Amino acid sequence: MLLMEKNNLTEEIEALVKFYGSNRSALLTILHEVQKKYRYVPDFAQQEIARLLDIHPVEVYSVISFYAFLNSTPKGKNIVRLCQTITCEMHGKKEIATAVERELGIKIGETTKDNKFTVEYANCLGMCDEGPAMAINDRVFTHLTPEKAINILNEIR
Amino acid sequence: MKNKIKRSGPVLFSGYNRGEAIRKVITMSREDILFNIKESRLKGRGGAGFPTSTKWMLVAAASSEEKYVICNADEGEPGTFKDRVLLVEYPEMVLDGMVVGGYTMGAKKGIIYLRGEYEYILKSLQDYIVQMRKDNLLGKNILGNEGFDFDIEIFLGSGAYVCGEETALIESLEGNRGEARNRPPFPVSTGYLGNPTSVNNVETFAAVSHIVIKGGEWYRKMGTDKSSGSKLFSISGDCERPGVYELPWGITINDVLIMVGAKNTKAVQVGGASGVCLSKDHFNRSLAYEDVSTGGSIIIFNESRNMLSVLKNFMEFFVEESCGQCTPCRIGNVKLLEGVEMLEKGEFTFSYINRLKDLGRTMQLASKCGLGQSSPNSFISILDNFKGEILNRTGGKNGN
Ligand SMILES: Cc1cc2nc3c(=O)[nH]c(=O)nc-3n(C[C@H](O)[C@H](O)[C@H](O)COP(=O)(O)O)c2cc1C
Ligand code: SF4
Ligand code: FES
Repeated sequence: MLLMEKNNLTEEIEALVKFYGSNRSALLTILHEVQKKYRYVPDFAQQEIARLLDIHPVEVYSVISFYAFLNSTPKGKNIVRLCQTITCEMHGKKEIATAVERELGIKIGETTKDNKFTVEYANCLGMCDEGPAMAINDRVFTHLTPEKAINILNEIR
Repeated sequence: MKNKIKRSGPVLFSGYNRGEAIRKVITMSREDILFNIKESRLKGRGGAGFPTSTKWMLVAAASSEEKYVICNADEGEPGTFKDRVLLVEYPEMVLDGMVVGGYTMGAKKGIIYLRGEYEYILKSLQDYIVQMRKDNLLGKNILGNEGFDFDIEIFLGSGAYVCGEETALIESLEGNRGEARNRPPFPVSTGYLGNPTSVNNVETFAAVSHIVIKGGEWYRKMGTDKSSGSKLFSISGDCERPGVYELPWGITINDVLIMVGAKNTKAVQVGGASGVCLSKDHFNRSLAYEDVSTGGSIIIFNESRNMLSVLKNFMEFFVEESCGQCTPCRIGNVKLLEGVEMLEKGEFTFSYINRLKDLGRTMQLASKCGLGQSSPNSFISILDNFKGEILNRTGGKNGN
């Protein structure tokens, strides 16, 4: 990371800590905000957050590693989460997964070379009456067919 | 996005004017409110079925200056989506219920723990909160009542099923890994930041709003003796009309199946992945705390489904979602999943399967929180109720 980028990041985190407070209970909200912008929480950001909240950097890492939606490694611009839980499985999850893997040329869990998409499995998205379902970033798509899923990806691409 | 409310009932999916419950309670004493909730016999709608009045009385009685009302909107149980529908369609019922909680228990702060998967609801809820503040339904001296201060903020979860467990939820709010705490102490005495805290389900708050308006006795007249009122059911799987239904407690599984247009039904999973899987000979049983108890998830499987694949999906879920803190759950779920895989391949002995069921029963007793205590339910009930389909398929490796 370049020095200038580091300085920017430090400033951003300082602003977040000022806004949300330097209590430990602000940690997850701050991590969310950083991730929203960078799509992951870079090492340097973890160190800075730890410094400003006065906790050990390992604590920050340990929290990130616990939660499925927080990442310590870079992800694609769009995070696609395909529901793998029971009713979506019953209604064709496998076919959707296969179509998405073929279309993007990656396996579930990977990121495309152009960094546009990371595809993951997720557990029940709370859309079981309309499955199969997938989320892309914070939008949810339901009643998927392989064709519909691919069209959605292509529109976003 | 259109929500499929398939059947409205007399309580939750019925008319409600925003602010109505708050206007009502400011004319009542705390004791009066608690009395009505007690009369109603309302039990928590998050699954565990703990009497709401008991929990609220404990927090109300605590002498602490700082108390919290937490709305558990982490809704992660597979097959559950009723809380989402409530928050989208009837936020006024839920949020007013939280304000009623604040008034009754003497808490000044409410927090909605919204699962990360529902981030798209965040904006509308935030806007709604802003509107409530404008109308003085939140904030200082609510509706002109000196000293009645209460405000609500929303905290976004980050994709961990276990955070629906109330002590894990509190850990998460405090900025930690969502690992369940030892109890006691219970959140009612030592909750968020060490203060008395009531954690309640979204639907529980919605029910409270109606109870304070219409009275505990009115509510208790619905449902059965031990399960009062109505309940939201999230119904999915093999049926013509999946969706959210408000139904009276005590309805039989058969009646539900007819209502939702389920045909050739082989199995019904009640209570999500952590619930139980019932076969035909149980379909005359009723949904109620005293019979088949549930937080409201109903998943229907028809004759074409392979129950071993269903079980495998559930066990994979638990292996992934176990927080890993205690051994029975961390190792136990992996062992149960391995058992399912052995069954799939036909490489098993009956005595080993029985040992795994014993392991399941040990997990029910020895796990630290509800996740590990309930994750063996599916394993045990599917192996018991669908024995023929599963065990006789291959006969077992050594046939013993
Ligand atoms: C693994 C696990 C997940 C849970 N998830 C939820 C949930 O998403 N929503 C909920 O209200 N309760 C959930 N619970 C139950 C809560 O611990 C708690 O009992 C409930 O929020 C209390 O509210 P109530 O009394 O209104 O039901 C969960 C429990 C466990 C063990
Ligand atoms: S039972 Fe499972 S989820 Fe609960 S504390 Fe133990 S390991 Fe964690
Ligand atoms: S099972 Fe896929 S949304 Fe619930």
